[in-house]
Amino acid sequence: MSDKMNRKSGRDYGFETRMIHAGTQPEPVTGARQTPIFQNTSYVFHDAEHAASLFNLQTFGFIYSRLTNPTVAALEERLANLEGGRGATCCASGHAAQILAFFALMEPDDRFIASTRLYGGSITQFGKTFKKFGWQADFVDVDDPEAVRRALTPKTKAIFVESLANPGGVVSDLEALAAVAREAEIPLIVDNTMATPYLCQPFDWGADIVVHSTTKFLSGNGTSMGGAVIDSGGFDWTRNGKFPGLAAPEPAYHGLNFHETFGDMAFTMQAHAVGLRDLGATMAPMHAFQTLLGTETLSLRMERHCANAKQVAEFLEGHPQVAWVSCAALPSSPYRALAQKYLPRGAGSVFTIGLKGGYAAGVKMVEGCELFSHLANIGDVRSLILHPASTTHRQLTEEQQAAAGAGPEVVRLSIGLETVEDIIADLDQALAGAAKA
Amino acid sequence: MSSPLTYSNAELLAILRDTRTIAMVGASPKWNRPSFFAMKYLQEKGYRVIPVNPGVAGGDILGERVYASLAEIPEKFEMVDIFRNSAAAGPITDEAIGLAKEKGIKVVWMQLGVINEDAAAKARAAGLQVVMDRCPKIEFGRLNAELSWGGFNSGIISAKRRKLRLS
Repeated sequence: MSDKMNRKSGRDYGFETRMIHAGTQPEPVTGARQTPIFQNTSYVFHDAEHAASLFNLQTFGFIYSRLTNPTVAALEERLANLEGGRGATCCASGHAAQILAFFALMEPDDRFIASTRLYGGSITQFGKTFKKFGWQADFVDVDDPEAVRRALTPKTKAIFVESLANPGGVVSDLEALAAVAREAEIPLIVDNTMATPYLCQPFDWGADIVVHSTTKFLSGNGTSMGGAVIDSGGFDWTRNGKFPGLAAPEPAYHGLNFHETFGDMAFTMQAHAVGLRDLGATMAPMHAFQTLLGTETLSLRMERHCANAKQVAEFLEGHPQVAWVSCAALPSSPYRALAQKYLPRGAGSVFTIGLKGGYAAGVKMVEGCELFSHLANIGDVRSLILHPASTTHRQLTEEQQAAAGAGPEVVRLSIGLETVEDIIADLDQALAGAAKA
Repeated sequence: MSSPLTYSNAELLAILRDTRTIAMVGASPKWNRPSFFAMKYLQEKGYRVIPVNPGVAGGDILGERVYASLAEIPEKFEMVDIFRNSAAAGPITDEAIGLAKEKGIKVVWMQLGVINEDAAAKARAAGLQVVMDRCPKIEFGRLNAELSWGGFNSGIISAKRRKLRLS
C-alpha cells in the first residue's frame, strides 16, 4: 500500500500536494481549514475505563501533551509522509531528536558509528554528553565504507550520518552505508536537516531512521525550535537480540513488547510512550504550527535556496580573496557525483568558503556584512553567515575542527531568498573589507 | 494472488464497514498481550469480538465467553481474525472455509506477521476475502484518522471534512 495513495482513486500524490495536505485534513469538530493550535496540556477522559485503555496504549487518543498533542501530531504525520516513513516523533529540537532516536536503540555500554564530518554540535553531544548515558560514539570517515565496516563491533547499534553535512558541501554515500548497516543488522540513521525531504529521500536509499532539526529549512522562518525522528517502519527489530527496548518486554511499560504489539509502528510508539514520556523533550504546539506553515512552501523555498546558493558559490569561487569553496553544487566539488545521485534537485544552500586571510579575515568578513545576519542558525529565508571556529565549533579541538570542515579560515554561509544580486553585492563588499584586515 | 501484500484503502474500509462480529482465534486474557489490545479496541469501536482459545475455553475475556474452536461458537460471525503463527493459520483457515456457509464467514484476516499463502489461496478459492500481515485495530485507526494522533502516516490526503466518530 503506497503511503502517497489517494483513498478514492488510488493515485499517487506528488510531493507538493503532500507538503500542503498530509496530516492536516480539516479539523472535524469545527471544520477549521487551517490546523488549530491546540495550546493545551491535557485531555478529558470519557470515564475510568477509557483512561485505563489510553494509559495501557490499548486505544489511540490524547492523555497529556508531553506525549502527544493534536497540532504536534499533524506535523508528525506530515513529516512522516514527506519522508515516506511509517511514523514520526516531533520533539523540542534537533538535539532532542538525536537523543530520542538513540534512546530507543541503545543500552548502557552500547556503541554507534558516527561521521567525523557531522555538525559540530552533534559531535559534542555524541562525543561528550552521550558518554554520561554510557553510550560510546566511534567517529569514522564515512567517505570510506570499508572503514565503517572495520569499526563495527558486536556492541555497535547504529550508523549515523548527515545526508548533506553541515557546515559544508559534503554528501554521504547513503546506498553504500546502508549496505554496511544491513550486513551488520543495525539501522542507518540519517540527519536530513540540510537537504530536507524535498532534496533527498534517505529511505529510498536504504536508511532506516531519519532525524531532523525542524528549526531549519522545514520551518524556514526562524521562529521555532523543533526536531523530528522518522521511522521507515522497515527495520526488523526482532532479527537479533540487539534492540531490547523495541523487541523485548519493556520494564518501563509493564512488560509491554513494542514490536510484538505494534509491528512496524513499534519505534514511533516507543519514542512517544517511553521516549517523550521519560525524557520530556516535547515540541510546543505553537512551534508545530509555525513549522507546519513552513512546510507548506518547502518545495518553492528549496528550489530558490538552491538556485541562489549555486549562483553565489560560483561568484565566490572566482573571487580573489577566497581560497576555496566547498559546495556540492559546483563542478569542482569532489562530492558532485554523489550530489547528482542523492540530491538531484539541488545541493542545498548551506556551504563553506575558505578565506586566504585566515581566522582574522573570517571574523572581519562576518562583521562586515550588512544584509547577512551573523548568527548560529541555518536554513532561514534570510541569508546567514557564521565563522564556525570562533562560535559553533569552538568547543572542538583544532583537529576536530579541521575534520568537520570548520578550520580557522572557514566561513559558513546559509544563502537565503533575497534578490541574488543583493546577496552577492553584500558578500563582495564584506570581502573587500576583510582584505584590508 | 501472491505477495507483495497490498490492500487498497477502499477494500479494507469495506471489510471494516461490513463486519459486525469477529471471531478472534488466539485471544489472550492477559492485559499486555497484543490480542487483548486489539479485542478491547475493536469492542470500543462497536464490534462484537468472540474469543477463541482452547487453553482458556469456558472462561471470559473482556466480558465475552471463550470458545475452544470456531465450530463451537453458537452465533454467526463475518470475520475470523487469526492471532496465531503462520503455520497454525493453515488449519484455522481450513476450519473457517468448512464453516463459512453455516456461520456466514466472509473474511479471513491474519494478524501482523502472519502470512500463509497456501491457506489464503484456498480461502479465496472458496469465495472468502483474505487479509494477511495486518491488524484490524491498526487499519481501523489508520482509516479513521486515529492513527494520525500518534504521529503515524495514514497515507490519507483529503480536503473533506471528516465525520466525527466518538472514541
